[in-house]
Amino acid sequence: MNAIRSLFRRPEKAYLHPYLAGAILGVVLFLAFLLTGNGLGSSGATSRIDAALVDLVAPAHVDQTPYLLKMAGGNKNPLDDWIVPVFFGALLGGFVSGVWNGRFKLVTNKGPRISNRMRWFMAFLGGMIFLYGARMARGCTSGQALSGGATLAAGSWVIMLAIFTGAYLLAYFVRKLWT
Amino acid sequence: MNFPLDSLSAVSTANPWSYLVFGLVGFAFGLTLEMAGFGDSRKLAGQFYFRELTVFKVMFTAIAVAMVLLFGAVGLDVIDFSHVWVNPTYLDSGLLGGLIMGVGFIIGGFCPTTSLASASSGRIDGMMFMAGGFVGAFVFGETEQLFDGWYNSAGYLGRLTLDQVFSTTAPMVVVAIVLVALVLMWVAEQIERVVANKDLASEPALRKYGALTLALMALGVVVIGTPSLESRYQSAQFKRSEPALSAGNAKPLMGAASAPAPIAQSTVPAAKPQMVTRTLSADEMLSARLVYVTPAEAFKARFQQSIKPIYLDVRNEADFNLYHLAGAVNVPLAHLQSKVPALLTEPAANTVFITIGNDEKMATQAWKLLVANRVPNVYILEGGVNQWIATFGAEDTGLKALVKADDDQLRYSFASALGDRYKSCAPSPIEYEKLSFEPRIVLQLKRDKGGGGCG
Repeated sequence: MNAIRSLFRRPEKAYLHPYLAGAILGVVLFLAFLLTGNGLGSSGATSRIDAALVDLVAPAHVDQTPYLLKMAGGNKNPLDDWIVPVFFGALLGGFVSGVWNGRFKLVTNKGPRISNRMRWFMAFLGGMIFLYGARMARGCTSGQALSGGATLAAGSWVIMLAIFTGAYLLAYFVRKLWT
Repeated sequence: MNFPLDSLSAVSTANPWSYLVFGLVGFAFGLTLEMAGFGDSRKLAGQFYFRELTVFKVMFTAIAVAMVLLFGAVGLDVIDFSHVWVNPTYLDSGLLGGLIMGVGFIIGGFCPTTSLASASSGRIDGMMFMAGGFVGAFVFGETEQLFDGWYNSAGYLGRLTLDQVFSTTAPMVVVAIVLVALVLMWVAEQIERVVANKDLASEPALRKYGALTLALMALGVVVIGTPSLESRYQSAQFKRSEPALSAGNAKPLMGAASAPAPIAQSTVPAAKPQMVTRTLSADEMLSARLVYVTPAEAFKARFQQSIKPIYLDVRNEADFNLYHLAGAVNVPLAHLQSKVPALLTEPAANTVFITIGNDEKMATQAWKLLVANRVPNVYILEGGVNQWIATFGAEDTGLKALVKADDDQLRYSFASALGDRYKSCAPSPIEYEKLSFEPRIVLQLKRDKGGGGCG
């Protein structure tokens, strides 16, 4: 028990330098392509987990909704796709890194001018909006920008520019959240 | 050239290691993001107020490094790029989806995987973003049917890469992007210095060597170039299954000319034979005649539900106009290479190409060209048009067999250039209902169907 407690009380370490983190991430992405032909991804897993849950509760609805039918129609298991282990692996990786680097804390990061509650609401709202857009674009920053960017996929570069554009255009109007 | 590994092209219970490999990829991903500090939404949002440009630095360094390594490996023919998932381009939904993501990013302070790293390292805002994400993805699934048509076709350009857009080669695009990225990194550092008062002297000097190394590696990619067609032809691989030799079978069904097949002895007499999968090179496929389809099989292919044959007539226009199979497409051999991008992206996944010449020489050359370009499911019409007419043309009028003809020339003379208006161009399926042949067509499904990518 004490060993576990001390595991969660490690001294907080500094972050990796951005260029080093980027280089490591680039190598990970390359190895993914080398071994599997797939890059990275995330939002697809969210859709698939959703589909699995809907299939559990309302399988008839799955067969009537074209988007869900593709993933979970009939006997198809929506969770049996490469992106789902990646999703859970990423969760585990984040956890291990947080604990190992003494950064595992039940805490809320937010801008100085808003309350925790406001931050939670905005995080939830932002998550909703982001994943809606991610499914519309058939991928998020990892699936489209990073992976598609590295393979020179034209659409992925368009998506990447659009993400940054959208965020920069709105930044001034939501500055209260962060500054 | 063996990469990417076929066994890891998707997860499957037949190969349980696949789950572990993808899990490890994700683990490294989430770990690196947390190590970079992306569990903290302030670090992510700071990008858009020019407080710190870590998001840009990490993303573009990652893309640049991965790109250089990827196209270097492709150039060395270590990775077969046609087996690498390239996100198909849907301009309209991509653009709108991207803008929406940007809005979600600045409101929520995360992107999906950073929210995972954040949530799993205890941050409550990360957890909320993650939870909201499940709702947003669900809402998309429900509303998608309202714009199904637009979503599935607007601005669809297929597997389009930047080198095709700018009519150049992939290595040139790589070097351009790396150089632009390095310049932008320098700009980003200046912005951080000016806006956020960052002391650049405290930045590690090593980064300049890193930048230099990356630039040199990008130049290396240009020097390596793209693998030659000849080299790609030599590294092409075909898989065929055949029943293993057992007490019952005297010889394998396929008469392989060269290397002996790996033989598994079946110990169960008179039971279903075990199938052994062989990997053959392109030349082996040719010498074993495994890619030559008889006129009978080529004819019957039209009526099979599972495959969609395209009769690719690679003869010159003059011969084509004299006589060609009904529905055949004329692409003279000299122009075939320029048609390859269309052949790779446009046809349906179950398309089978049958190259057609007068005899076999030209059609075989065409086959080699398409194989080198990794066009899947290509076959050759055995005996060419000459054999086709011999098989189906008994009742044709207006054509006469020649006594002598050179190799790969038409062995018939034609009263006029009727093209496909002879009876044998489209044989009657009723008349020729019973035709026996040894089937050669084995449909290989393309790698990047719905299985790849984030969708």
